[in-house]
Amino acid sequence: MTAIPRRMAALAREYAPALALLVALVGLWEALVRALDARPYILPAPSAIWAAFLETRELLPAHLEATATEALAGLGAAAVGGVALAVLIASVPLVRRVLYPIVVASQTVPPLVLAPLLIVWVGIGIESKLIVVALVGFFPIVVSTVDGLASADRELVALVRGMGAGKLAVLRHVLIPSAVPAFFAGLKIAAAYAVIGAVIGEWVAAKEGLGIFIIRSQASFRLDQIFVAIAVIALLSIALFVTVHLLARLASPWNYVDHAADSKGEPRP
Amino acid sequence: MDGAAVAIRGLRHAFPGPPPVPALDGVELEAARGQFVSLVGPSGCGKSTLLRALAGLLLPDAGEALIEGRSALGRPGLAAYMPQRDLLLPWRRALANATLGATIAGVGRAEARRRALDLFERFGLAGFERSWPSQLSGGMRQRLALLRTFLMPRDVLLLDEPFGALDAITRREMHQWLQEVWRRDARTVLFVTHDVEEALVLSDAVCVLTPRPARVAARLAIDYPRPRAPALVTDPAFVADKARLLAALDQHGARSGDA
Ligand SMILES: Nc1ncnc2c1ncn2[C@@H]1O[C@H](COP(=O)(O)OP(=O)(O)OP(=O)(O)O)[C@@H](O)[C@H]1O
Ligand SMILES: [Mg+2]
Repeated sequence: MTAIPRRMAALAREYAPALALLVALVGLWEALVRALDARPYILPAPSAIWAAFLETRELLPAHLEATATEALAGLGAAAVGGVALAVLIASVPLVRRVLYPIVVASQTVPPLVLAPLLIVWVGIGIESKLIVVALVGFFPIVVSTVDGLASADRELVALVRGMGAGKLAVLRHVLIPSAVPAFFAGLKIAAAYAVIGAVIGEWVAAKEGLGIFIIRSQASFRLDQIFVAIAVIALLSIALFVTVHLLARLASPWNYVDHAADSKGEPRP
Repeated sequence: MDGAAVAIRGLRHAFPGPPPVPALDGVELEAARGQFVSLVGPSGCGKSTLLRALAGLLLPDAGEALIEGRSALGRPGLAAYMPQRDLLLPWRRALANATLGATIAGVGRAEARRRALDLFERFGLAGFERSWPSQLSGGMRQRLALLRTFLMPRDVLLLDEPFGALDAITRREMHQWLQEVWRRDARTVLFVTHDVEEALVLSDAVCVLTPRPARVAARLAIDYPRPRAPALVTDPAFVADKARLLAALDQHGARSGDA
């Protein structure tokens, strides 16, 4: 397999300029903090943040695990529930008429503001945050998947019906596969909000998690630790996003092949 | 009508307007069990509409259509239907596309795969079992769609221009193949084509349709001995029949350029 190293090299080439800029900015930040002699409780230098990371290395994994669990499990719940509701909405007209407008209207209440209520009802464990993440992710997944199911090629539906397939077989062979890309588009949006949803939920109340770590760090003016948490949150979000992207590739490999038509195409002018 | 595999009586349909587009104007057609009947007619006359009605996918305004004695209107699945467009499921590899109809009709997965693999060689698709449809050429896609239709365990086949995307040589090979399998398992075929020669080589009877709205204007019985070799097309009797058929097409309105 020489394809993988080649892909890595291509990736490295693609992101090298962005990475270089990032490194330069961090360097500038370090230089500025030193030159201005900024107080660490106002703006810590990158080197101080790194030191804080080394110092909190033992502490972080438990917080990271709580936040990651909330984000992942919440996203999973949103995906399962969202797909189930989307299938119902797409295949049962009554459900569509009754539930779809309510689902859309419910978005006027940002799920994040429900966090205080959920904490009263469910407690300060990870469950309340998991529900917040699930509620945040649910909507984009339902809406995208409903769109995907509804935009299936009608001729393909007719073809499979012509083979004698019932409603369920049409759903399985045509509607669901053609909704896969739309579902993943929704899942990507949900994933982008999952970690931040968990962290904000933790701000309200939690025993563990990066959110509560930030609150505690703030209380003791440890801005360096807050920056550590921000970096960890960013990395976690990126990891989640990349995972969803890879899952999409795995789940719809036909969308990622070189097409017969354009693989042999002449170079464009 | 008893014994007829396909019986169509007074089939009438207009697509709702405005203005309404009448497509079928009292089509009467019968195919005996095991018969190969071709439908020729100018482009846009209503051939595909007729086949879609027979496939149970379009409910005509009036008339009746029986397949093996059962009413086929609004009742998909009685016949194996191949639409004009080579509709393959983009998310299934070639082999899985080939077995789709058979498995939906209740053939076991392993059995369907075995039968499909046998045909891949014959259809010039060997080596492409694991390709995605988007990686196949237009002609290959069409052959795969035909293969899929043949694998369906149905006694009546409705084929809408199955060789439209093939070059002359592949087309002739497919004609030979089609004759062989058709003779072997004696299925009834309704075959839409623009190619008068193709209709003559393959059929027991050729129905000439009028321009839109379609009606059966003439029915020619074709009884050259079988198997029919490709050289048949130069036979004087064949040439005479071809002339008769073209005349019938001409008489019933403007022919499309490729008919
Ligand atoms: N779904 C539809 N809605 C409205 N009009 C339609 C529809 N399908 C077909 N028609 C019209 O009905 C007529 C017959 O169409 P049909 O597809 O049956 O022609 P055809 O004989 O198969 O033509 P071709 O040989 O070009 O495939 C055409 O005029 C077409 O515009
Ligand atoms: Mg047609």
